[in-house]
Amino acid sequence: MSVVPMQKAWRRVVTREQAGQEPPEGEVWARQPTAEPEMPRAPSRLATFLSTVLRVGVPPLLGLVLFGLAWALVAEHTGLPGPVKTWESALQVFAHPFYVNGPNDQGIGWNVLRSLSRVAIGFGLAALVGIPSGFLIGRFSFLSRMSSPIISLLRPVSPLAWLPIGLYVFKEAQPAAIWVIFISSIWPMIINTAVGVTRVPQDYLNVARVLRLSEWKVFTRILFPAVLPYMLTGVRLSIGVAWLVIVAAEMLTGGVGLGFWVWDEWNNLNVEHIIIAIFVVGIIGLLLEQALVLLAKRFEYQG
Amino acid sequence: MERYVSLENVHKVFDGRQGRFLALRDINLGVCEGEFVSIIGHSGCGKSTLLNLISGLSEASGGVLLCNNREIAGPGPERAVVFQNHSLLPCMTCFDNVHLAVERVFGRKEAKPTQRRRTLAALELVGLTHAADKYPHEISGGMKQRVGIARALSMQPKVLLLDEPLGALDALTRAHLQDEILRIVAASGCTTIMVTHDVDEAVLLSDRIVMMTNGPAATIGQILNVDLPRPRERLKLADDPAYNRCRAEVLKFLYERQHKTAA
Repeated sequence: MSVVPMQKAWRRVVTREQAGQEPPEGEVWARQPTAEPEMPRAPSRLATFLSTVLRVGVPPLLGLVLFGLAWALVAEHTGLPGPVKTWESALQVFAHPFYVNGPNDQGIGWNVLRSLSRVAIGFGLAALVGIPSGFLIGRFSFLSRMSSPIISLLRPVSPLAWLPIGLYVFKEAQPAAIWVIFISSIWPMIINTAVGVTRVPQDYLNVARVLRLSEWKVFTRILFPAVLPYMLTGVRLSIGVAWLVIVAAEMLTGGVGLGFWVWDEWNNLNVEHIIIAIFVVGIIGLLLEQALVLLAKRFEYQG
Repeated sequence: MERYVSLENVHKVFDGRQGRFLALRDINLGVCEGEFVSIIGHSGCGKSTLLNLISGLSEASGGVLLCNNREIAGPGPERAVVFQNHSLLPCMTCFDNVHLAVERVFGRKEAKPTQRRRTLAALELVGLTHAADKYPHEISGGMKQRVGIARALSMQPKVLLLDEPLGALDALTRAHLQDEILRIVAASGCTTIMVTHDVDEAVLLSDRIVMMTNGPAATIGQILNVDLPRPRERLKLADDPAYNRCRAEVLKFLYERQHKTAA
């Protein structure tokens, strides 16, 4: 990653030196490397591409085909809509994703967006509370001991058990659904962040002590970078939970959203749409997960 | 010469699960300005504990520790430490790792370009100008340790504390870095205290070698003066009778008087 700018710097130095310049005070120019290192010849691009396709592309494709066949087979015997029927229905559904036909009949696009916005608000609030609490719990063992019975007690509670509390307190469906997302997605962030803080190597903290770094520097230069991978794992788990819970919560609270849509289509006995909803939920969950995995990779450091 | 670092009747007690454990007792040691002192002993004898007391990372249970006639009350940049496992911060480049220390020590007094120059000079001293923009995981163990040394020296410490700085390196790299340390310490004129378990390393680098008895309740068993002229050269010393006498003395202490029962 950092090799490229290095080479650029070398080239720049060479031209300057050729121009007979001296480095200005306070700047040291790197020496020009005496010879370019020889690289072994890489296999042709086409061959690499084909082997990658074979190795990476074929097995998942095979899995999907087998899944489709099994689905068709089951559909044959149970009367569920098969892949072809569902696909045709999906084309219709996605032809007009953003129609509005009254408050209870809106396009799939609106349903997805409303579900996502609920998850975003609930999860965002959970992150806002959970990550700082995780840091505090990890840094001070007193707080850790204080909060651990509460966390152990509340964490295993089924998310939907929180819904009546939300309805009672907020007297409204929308904030109650967000409350359920909040309370069920906060735990992985608290716990992972706290674990990350306790795993910060003592050596780094010793460096901080010898340098007498300020608390702010300790946080930004040592604690935060070291905890970040743990934190992102927590975030990933939380988003997963939040997305898992939203469908169930919306089934109960109603309003526009994927969960409500599933329940509504069940009342209409439109099973194709239910299957489409399952795929939509799955694909969006997958995308959220992958986005966070990519984000986590960006911040990975080896010691 | 006057004592620059001074330890008087220092004790260290750890409170463990199996009760109190006396790690160090009756440590009396004075180190003069500019002197290079090695602390050697079998593993578990409390060498690193002793160094941690001097660095201030851990607190003595009794006795007096002075540095420049002031009590040592906690760690500080005037007593720079080079840790055994380099301890570079992984999310920063080598330059930034050293710069963090420079910024902390000289941030209030000096302009930014001067600080940059200090950082680069420290990296140049250890011969790593070319690796300034690399991250710790992109360089070898020996290079990491050299960045650690650069970080310590960039603070212009009064005392340089080396905690088995070369313990994790292979023999060839270690020999190479010993020569580097010899050169660097001579150039900086720093008072240096090094913990080691390598007899050759101790004799090659030190003015005095402090030999520790085995723990528990370890203390200083013997102090050996190494009267070899500087600058020292590894190859010439190999046949030097004075060098070999020192070496034999340390070995005798470690393997005859403090023979470690199979651990």
